[in-house]
Amino acid sequence: MAVVFKRPHALKDIPMHYCPGCTHGIVHRLIAEVIDELGIEGKTVGISPVGCTYNNYEYFNCDMVQAAHGRAPAVATGVKRVNPDNIVFAYQGDGDLAAIGTAEIVHAAARGEKITVIFVNNAIYGMTSGQMAPTTLVNQVTTTTPFGRKPEIHGHPINVCELLSTLKGAVYVERVSVHDIKNIFNAKKAIKKAFKVQMANLGFSIVEVLSTCPTNWGLSPVEALKWLRDNMIPAYPLGNFKGKDLEV
Amino acid sequence: MAQHEILIAGFGGQGILSAGRILAYAGMLENKNVSWLPSYGPEMRGGTANCNVIISDEPIGSPILNSATVLIVMNSPSLEKFESYVTEGGMIITDKSLVTRSPLRKDVDVYEIPATQLASEMGNPTYACIILLGKFIAITGAVSKGSFEEALRKVLPEKYHKLIPEEMKALEVGMEYEKA
Amino acid sequence: MGEKLLMKGNEVIAEAAIRAGCRFYFGYPITPQTEVMHYMAKRMPEVGGTFVQAESEIAAINMVYGAASAGGRVMTTSSSPGISLMQEGISYAACAELPLVMVNIVRCGPGLGGILPAQCDYFQSVKGGGHGDYKMVVLAPCSVQELYELTVEAFNISDRYRIITMILGDGILGQMMEAVEFRDVENIQNVEKPWAVTGTGMKREHNVITSIYIDPEVLEAHNRKLQEKYRLIEENEVRVEEYNCENADVIVVAFGTVARIVKNVIKTAEKEGIKVGLIRPVTLWPFPVKTFEKYATVPKAFLTVEMNAGQMLEDVKLAVNGKNKVDFLGRMGGMVPTQKEILDKIKELIW
Repeated sequence: MAVVFKRPHALKDIPMHYCPGCTHGIVHRLIAEVIDELGIEGKTVGISPVGCTYNNYEYFNCDMVQAAHGRAPAVATGVKRVNPDNIVFAYQGDGDLAAIGTAEIVHAAARGEKITVIFVNNAIYGMTSGQMAPTTLVNQVTTTTPFGRKPEIHGHPINVCELLSTLKGAVYVERVSVHDIKNIFNAKKAIKKAFKVQMANLGFSIVEVLSTCPTNWGLSPVEALKWLRDNMIPAYPLGNFKGKDLEV
Repeated sequence: MAQHEILIAGFGGQGILSAGRILAYAGMLENKNVSWLPSYGPEMRGGTANCNVIISDEPIGSPILNSATVLIVMNSPSLEKFESYVTEGGMIITDKSLVTRSPLRKDVDVYEIPATQLASEMGNPTYACIILLGKFIAITGAVSKGSFEEALRKVLPEKYHKLIPEEMKALEVGMEYEKA
Repeated sequence: MGEKLLMKGNEVIAEAAIRAGCRFYFGYPITPQTEVMHYMAKRMPEVGGTFVQAESEIAAINMVYGAASAGGRVMTTSSSPGISLMQEGISYAACAELPLVMVNIVRCGPGLGGILPAQCDYFQSVKGGGHGDYKMVVLAPCSVQELYELTVEAFNISDRYRIITMILGDGILGQMMEAVEFRDVENIQNVEKPWAVTGTGMKREHNVITSIYIDPEVLEAHNRKLQEKYRLIEENEVRVEEYNCENADVIVVAFGTVARIVKNVIKTAEKEGIKVGLIRPVTLWPFPVKTFEKYATVPKAFLTVEMNAGQMLEDVKLAVNGKNKVDFLGRMGGMVPTQKEILDKIKELIW
C-alpha cells in the first residue's frame, strides 16, 4: 500500500504540548518537511527560543540549541560562524523577536548572517498568558491592554518584514499565513526558499508566519483562524518583501 | 641594585607614551626588568598624558609610581602636579621651551633644556621628548645609546625606520646638551 | 623559549588566546580592554579565525554561547559594565555547561563609574553575578607574563570541565607593558566534544544544548551534577602564591596588581625589621582555603588589601575561620593603595 502521508523524518515521534488549535505544530511540520525534502537534516542546527516553543528542541531530529529570550539570532550567529557548512535556523515568536530581541534580529539581518529565521507572529504573548506583544493589533484586548491596545498609550504594532526589508543584509523576506490550506502551501514554499537562500550562501533570510493563539485570544480554533484572516492580514499584508526573484 | 623610576609627563601628542615605550624596550634589550604604564584616562585625548617607566635589575613590584627617581616634564601643569614625586637625590628634566617656571626643589638635580626649540631647529618638534631622554640616558646610563637605537628598530613600524638616524641625532643633542 | 617582547597586557591576552587555539572572538568595545578587540580584529583573519564586533555585550555573550555550543574554542572580553550585561548569558552557559573563556578588565564602579583600575567585580565574578547556583573558575593574574600563561590555561580548564573560566584583571594590567615570552604552549589539550551541535550527520541521536529543566527533580539532579563538578574543581584547580609567610608578623592577602604593590611593601618592611608575608590567590574561585588553614595562627593578624570596599575580605574571613584577626585596607573609585598606606596599616596592626 502506498504511503501518501507520514511524519517527516526531521520530526521526532513525540506528541507536542501545544494547545488545541495552535498553529505552531503546523509550522514545525512545514520546517521538518522542508528539511526532509532538501536532505539537510544531518547538517541542520536549530535554535529554540523562549516562549511557547521553548522546548521545540525535543521535537526536531536535528541538533538543537535552546537560547535565552530574544537571543536566538546571536546564538545562531555563533553556531554558523563555527561551522559554516551547517544549515542554521532560529525559531522565534513575536515577543522574543520583536520586543526583547529587537537588537539581535536587526543586527543579524544587517550583518547578512547566513541563517534562516522562522518568525511566528500571533500578536500576543502565549506562554506568560496573553500579554500585549509588539505585534498586538490596535484595539486588541490582552491581559496588559484590558481596554484594548491604544497607540497613544501602548504605541503602535511593529511590522517586522517591512522593517527588516530595508536592510541590505536581509536578502529574502516574506510574510505568509497558515490559516487555510492554500496559505499553508504558500508558507511551505516560502520556508523552503528561505532555507535554499541560506544553502546558496546569499545572506539572511526570514519568513514571518501569521499564526493563531486560540487560548489567549479567547476564541475557538476555527474562530481563531477566521480572526487571523479578518484582522491580522489587513495589518500584516502577506507577500514577498525582498528576494522574490532570487534564483535558488 | 639600580632601579630607575621614570615619570614622563606633558600634553597628549608630544610623543610621551611612545618615548617611554622605546626607553622600556631598550631596558628589556639589556635584560633588565622593565614596565611601562600609561595614563589611560579620558585626558589622553589632547589633554595631559603621562607614563610610568621602571627599569630595574630586580623583579619589579608595583608598576605604579607613587614616587620617581626621574621626572621628565613637558608642560607647566605636569611640573605643578609631579614635582613633589621626585625622591631626594633624584632629578628633574624640563622642556624649558614649554615649562614656564623652574623647579623649586633644592634636593634634586635639575636640567632645563629648550627641547622643543632644539627639535624645531632640527625640523621636527616631536623629537623634543627624545632630546630630554638623551639627557637622562647621558647622566644615568640607564640604557645604552646602542640599545636605544635597537629599540627604535623594534618599536617603530618598518616604514618609519628611515627616521631612525634623525631620532638618534635628537638623542645625541640631548646627551651633549650643556655637558659641562 | 621564545623571544622577549614588550607588549601591553590586553594584547598579550589576545595573542595568548590565539596561541591556545581560540579561533572565535565576539566582543563589544569598552575601555579599558579595547586593545584586545583591536588585536583580535587584525590577528584572527591571519589564522583563519572569526572576529565579530557584536551590537552589544548581550549579543556578544550569546554569540559566544552559540559558538561554544558548536564546539568552537571561543572567547569574549569586556570591562565591568559590559560584564554586567553579559550576566544572563553567563548563567545560561554555566547551566548548559559550555566551555568558554571570558576576560574582565575591571574598571571602577558602581554604575558607569570610571575607567581607572579597580577590583570591585570580585563578588560579581566569584559569587555569581547572574542568577542561580553556578560557579566560574576565576583567574587573577598579576603580570603580563602571567596573563599569557593563565589565558592559555583558562582554555584548558574550560574544556576539561565544561565550565566558564574568567580572567579577572584590572585596568593597570590591561594597559601596562612588560616583557613577555611566549613560551611554547606544550600543553594545549584538544578535548573531544561529542556533545557539540555540529549536525547529526544522520549518524547519531540529535544533540541538544539547553539550560531549561522544567521538571524539579530533573533540575535538582542537574544542579547536583554541577555541584559535584565544582567540588572536583575545588579539589584540583586551586592556584595560590605564598610568599614569605613562615614566621610572618603580618600576612597580607591581595590579588592581581595589588599583590605587586604589597611585594614592594614587604621589602621596605624588612628593612625596618617587620616580617610581612603575602598570600596571593591566583584562583579567586576556587579560593585557596587550605593555605589559610596552614597559616591561620602564624601572624599577629591578616590584612586584606583590595581596590574595593572589602569583597575578597569575606572569603579570607571564612578561610581564617575565626582563628585570627583579619583587618582590611581598601581604596575605591580608581584610587590605588600606596605602599606607604599599606605599611602604615601593617605597623598599626603589630604595635
